[in-house]
Amino acid sequence: MHEQIAANKRRSVLLVVGAFIFFGAVGALLGYLFGTGITGIVIALVVATVLSVTSYLYGDRLVLASSRAREVTADEEPRLHNLVEGLAIAAGIPKPRIYVVPEQAPNAFATGRDPEHASIAVTQGLVATMNRVELEGVIGHEIAHVLDRDMLLGTIVATLVGAVVLMSEFLMRTWFWGGLGGRRGSDNNGGPVALIFFAVGFALMVLAPIAGEIIKRAVSRNREFLADAQGAMLTRYPPGLASALRKIAASPTAMHSANNATAHLWLNTPSRFQGDKMGPLEKLFQTHPPIQERIQRLEEM
Amino acid sequence: MSPALWIVLGLVLVVIVYAVWLYNRLVRLRTRTDDGWATIDVQLRRRYDLIPNLVQTVQGYAAHERELFERVTEARTRALAASDVADHVTAENAVTDGLGKLMAVVEAYPELKADEHFLALQEELVGTESKIAYARQFYNDQVRRLNTAIDTFPSNLVARTFGYEERAFFDIDDPVTQPVQIELGRND
Repeated sequence: MHEQIAANKRRSVLLVVGAFIFFGAVGALLGYLFGTGITGIVIALVVATVLSVTSYLYGDRLVLASSRAREVTADEEPRLHNLVEGLAIAAGIPKPRIYVVPEQAPNAFATGRDPEHASIAVTQGLVATMNRVELEGVIGHEIAHVLDRDMLLGTIVATLVGAVVLMSEFLMRTWFWGGLGGRRGSDNNGGPVALIFFAVGFALMVLAPIAGEIIKRAVSRNREFLADAQGAMLTRYPPGLASALRKIAASPTAMHSANNATAHLWLNTPSRFQGDKMGPLEKLFQTHPPIQERIQRLEEM
Repeated sequence: MSPALWIVLGLVLVVIVYAVWLYNRLVRLRTRTDDGWATIDVQLRRRYDLIPNLVQTVQGYAAHERELFERVTEARTRALAASDVADHVTAENAVTDGLGKLMAVVEAYPELKADEHFLALQEELVGTESKIAYARQFYNDQVRRLNTAIDTFPSNLVARTFGYEERAFFDIDDPVTQPVQIELGRND
């Protein structure tokens, strides 16, 4: 477990360094293209610094906000609070903050930079469909992610690499709508700004699959098996999580707020499509082992 | 100084650094164990606080179970007075036994099982029971580590020098290792 923690911290630092190199290179390239010299690099490095510090300090809030999660009190969700507190006691960490995501698909994730600043979010669907033992299994899995610092790496991946994905989508959309406007007649829209948007957006779109590859390599599928096993060690009852995963696998509900930047954080891949189906981009970002295999391993424990 | 003396000095230094490391590890283990015990204590107390409330609520529906109420209340009073781990274990068994019987009585009163106040208390009780179990799990884990460090070479030398003593496990009778079994859950 200690190696796992060290590896996650190392990977987090590597990602931040990678982001600096990436933004520095983009800045240098733009500076060269527009003949502004060093200014491009300086701006790019400032952006990289701001992004890194933000993702470390506020990454959890960004991730929670992007899934529209709302913090719940012990009065609103006594059962959830009791379970989280109990498992935090078993793991010897402070009680994480508890959020509920307004989604009917049963799922959960953990985020934060260390066990002292951790949050666990579950969907409304999870609370509604799981019994006590199953919910306990799911929370155990999430607490294991907190202990392993998987959530630190996952959050930094989501905010740094996710930023590239989101930016590309934003820029392409801006260009797309700008282009449409041009065709409708407002003809001074196709200036150099639109062209730059297109160029950068296009470059980022090419980069998106690479970003997906980075996410996949950074968050190996093995850590899900590991968290399943560690969670089961905390609850001392593997069938609880196995039963929860079976319910999740059988759930036909799609997740509306699913996006590729945060998919790897969830208990099971959230999908905008119903049932087992997956979009082509979602397949590219597939970070979870098949749910049946996880159930099988839990049953063998 | 001759090279041999340097080597001896070097070895002594290594031994000292190692001893300091062992000592710090023992301190860390003892602190974790104390923390673990403090957590158990907090949860036990929370459960003792719930008992009068619970007894009162159940009394409203099942007044004639007077003997049982007295037993639970008495067990609680004794548990509150427990001082060391062994005392706590005996008192705990009595409390858990009494609560188990109380919850079995509840089964006969459908109106009680539908009482919102009772349901909230029940969730609190089940939650606290499982927190006690988890706190016990954590504490026993820490005791196991501490005791192993105190027993095994070479940390046993350091432990003996500084008067470290083995801690008692918090073991509860087998039938009550399981927290009070009550079917809860919104979909069952």
